[in-house]
Amino acid sequence: MPAEPIVAVQHLSHHFGAGELRREVLLDIHLTIRRGEVVILRGPSGSGKTTLLTLIGGLRSVQQGELHVLGQALHGADGDALVRLRRHIGFIFQAHNLLRFLNVLQNVQMAAQLHDERPGWDTRAEATAMIEAVGLGGHRHSYPENLSGGQKQRVAIARALVGRPRLILADEPTASLDSRSGRDVVNLMQHLARERGTAILLVTHDSRILDIADRQLHMEDGRLVQSAGREVSHAPR
Amino acid sequence: MVDQPYFDVPERSGPAAKPRRRRRIFLAWLQMSREKTRLRVAVLGITFAAVLMMVQLGIRDALFDSATLLHNSLAGEVFLLSPHSASVIAAQPFSDRRLHQTLALPEVQSASGIYVGFAQWENHRTHLARNLYVIGFNPDDRSIAIEGVERYAKAIKQADTVLFDVYSRPEFGTAEIGVDFTRQLPITTEMNPIAGSLRRVTVGGLFQLGPTFGGDANVITSDVNFRRLFPGRKKGSIDIGVIRLVPGTDVERAIRKIRAHLPADVQVLTKDEFKNVDRSYWASSKPLGYIFNLNVIMGFLVGAIIVYQILYTDVSEHLAEYATLKAIGYQDSELLKVVLQEAGLLALLGFIPAFLIASGAHLAISNATHLPIAMTPARAITVLVLTLAMCLISGALAVRRLKAADPADIFN
Ligand SMILES: Nc1ncnc2c1ncn2[C@@H]1O[C@H](COP(=O)(O)OP(=O)(O)OP(=O)(O)O)[C@@H](O)[C@H]1O
Ligand SMILES: [Mg+2]
Repeated sequence: MPAEPIVAVQHLSHHFGAGELRREVLLDIHLTIRRGEVVILRGPSGSGKTTLLTLIGGLRSVQQGELHVLGQALHGADGDALVRLRRHIGFIFQAHNLLRFLNVLQNVQMAAQLHDERPGWDTRAEATAMIEAVGLGGHRHSYPENLSGGQKQRVAIARALVGRPRLILADEPTASLDSRSGRDVVNLMQHLARERGTAILLVTHDSRILDIADRQLHMEDGRLVQSAGREVSHAPR
Repeated sequence: MVDQPYFDVPERSGPAAKPRRRRRIFLAWLQMSREKTRLRVAVLGITFAAVLMMVQLGIRDALFDSATLLHNSLAGEVFLLSPHSASVIAAQPFSDRRLHQTLALPEVQSASGIYVGFAQWENHRTHLARNLYVIGFNPDDRSIAIEGVERYAKAIKQADTVLFDVYSRPEFGTAEIGVDFTRQLPITTEMNPIAGSLRRVTVGGLFQLGPTFGGDANVITSDVNFRRLFPGRKKGSIDIGVIRLVPGTDVERAIRKIRAHLPADVQVLTKDEFKNVDRSYWASSKPLGYIFNLNVIMGFLVGAIIVYQILYTDVSEHLAEYATLKAIGYQDSELLKVVLQEAGLLALLGFIPAFLIASGAHLAISNATHLPIAMTPARAITVLVLTLAMCLISGALAVRRLKAADPADIFN
């Protein structure tokens, strides 16, 4: 029996504005992401990559088409359902988006404590272990302003992964990093995700990191175009 | 494809009996304390507002309390008043027959009449005349329990001799009277009673009562001297009846009996009821109560505006962070709680210094004016509630700014 898809997108379209100003941004998107898969999404600026990511992440309401994420239908889902879903997705942003007034440990704890209803869950211990895993054990009590760009992005990875999500959505996570720390961050993300069977949907313009992908997708004017990756077995239906 | 979500639950390692821990990050405090200057400004603003409210309420209460200074000094449990008297400073005389009638009851030990009126008092040094409050009583009745009055009771048995209140406003020559009296210099001046006849009087003693709403200064004299000053007053008409009950008598029952015994042309009151007559007279019939309430509202508004500004700026500056929290799965209500917690914390942080400052201010005011002003638990709690309300209302308004935190924007 094939594994349930982590993300299943069918006939998904999206527009911004209304009337004269109406602009189609996504057109009839089909996409399936399976458990543990690393998918890279590329495409020119303004082609709709971020919009697709925000829809999959439950950050925007679906306008048209069908969207299932982690087995939950997001088309027609109410706000509360979207909020609950987001707790099970790891988000990594271009800007690290850490909370300035919290130290590293507290930043990761903020994400970890969303799961404190889980049996045996110790927010602080989980956060500490995750910070060790991204190699920042010695910086637990540092504030973001005192960390380098690469370190901040690692904290962001720890925050995204501490809830043990099955899906990571990353939007240009290396864009603000130099090539070396960019590479480190991506390797770390891939390593941790593979260890836990986490699927990754990664938007990037950075051609140096394409090798981590199982599959590459290309976006052009709101349409998805398949392109060559290491493996082309998951053709869209 | 199933519609049943399959969210991950971590595999557990170790014994299942591990206790659940719910240590939550105290976001409100961490966020606020990181911006020290802003925190200080906010606390200062709230402190200012709370001090303003406390002092205004304190002075208001003190003025209303001062209206009952005389009431507190009358030695009795039951009081008679004309039904037309709205206040002891606007007392309507009634017949002292009502007073004597109560003596027929076994519960009544003694009954005595008090006379009140206003007179112009000439400052014995500057010769400027001002209005003061004149109280007359029978010195043998001991119905006024003020230390100085008891000590100098003999003096006022002499004709045209009065006792002067050393807590009176200074314009009456109060300090000079005090000095001259201790040096045993004779103090004579003119008293010109309203609806009475001008007389030269001698100060035969001093006592401490305090200025009231009605009068900036007080003199006390004997009933005989009082009638000399106010010859137009009908004989046998008094302003206040003071009844002392036999010790151990149930006051409520005695009052019921006295009421049944007397016709309805006189009010029979307990001490508290008697005091309330004057308190409500000042609270309702004069613009003073209104002015103090207005000042309290002003303090409230000033504080609310400061807190609103601070919280609004705070939320605005952290919009990206709030959006991030929404994106990773925090409910709007949880973020709303953070802002309200900040408001509540600010209220408490501002209230504590305000309480200390206002307590000090009360002491200073009471020393300077002899107004009976003091911090009471009830007033402290009232202002704490007002301060909390002020902060929470502002917080609830500033929370609307959270709507601008759109988690869909965070990828940009
Ligand atoms: N909130 C919005 N309101 C209106 N138009 C929007 C909004 N967000 C995005 N757009 C428009 O939708 C189109 C797609 O935007 P999107 O951010 O998805 O592109 P992208 O592929 O992520 O581009 P980039 O590579 O520059 O990040 C763009 O033309 C953009 O201007
Ligand atoms: Mg984008």
